Amino acid sequence: MANFDDELDASGLNCPLPILRAKKALAGMDAGKVLHIIATDPGSVKDFEAFSKQTGNELMESKEEGGKFHFLIKKS
Amino acid sequence: MEEKKLAIIATKGSLDWAYPPFILASTAAALGYETQIFLTFYGLQLLRKKLALKVTPLGNPGMPMPMGMDKWFPVLLTALPGMEAMMTSMMKKKMASKGVASVEELRELCLEADVKLIACQMTVDLFEMDTAEFIDGVEYGGAATFFEFAGESDICLYI
Repeated sequence: MANFDDELDASGLNCPLPILRAKKALAGMDAGKVLHIIATDPGSVKDFEAFSKQTGNELMESKEEGGKFHFLIKKS
Repeated sequence: MEEKKLAIIATKGSLDWAYPPFILASTAAALGYETQIFLTFYGLQLLRKKLALKVTPLGNPGMPMPMGMDKWFPVLLTALPGMEAMMTSMMKKKMASKGVASVEELRELCLEADVKLIACQMTVDLFEMDTAEFIDGVEYGGAATFFEFAGESDICLYI
């Protein structure tokens, strides 16, 4: 996994909380910084793609590892 | 990119049906939508400072119940005193165990994200509801107020 600046552990949270927490975390970051999100909600995979498309924050990486989902989102 | 708009009418006042308007509104706000919820009739219950929302299997054959009770438990018995409270408590526990946010939490997230809540003045008067029991920041208006925003919305939902 590439480098990141901030981390958000949304494990155990269900829709729409991972997205809402990510939005809040990104709001406190500078443009160009990268947020690493960890989630267990299987729906978050498609949701973070959709979030990225609609907000313009680039989804740099999305993968499953050790039963958890990992996302890297760059603040636009 | 011009800001998109989402207009929701929330008409239901049960625990289960409190979710769709608040989930969609908070998510839309996170995606950059300007969002309004117009609360009318039983939907006004979602505005109370102290929410007392309940869930009932009565009149709802689609509601899954613990131990497959929806398959074998006589419908009439779900009308017994205490059943509604029990079902509500079980539903809340189930939701918490699955990491589903509480209605209070989702509503708070909506307010933080500047989702505008508009209470239907007519139903407030009709049911003689005490608006002092409502959360702060609620606006009051009628059908014309709703259309002012809904008419320019990209998505309009009736829940």
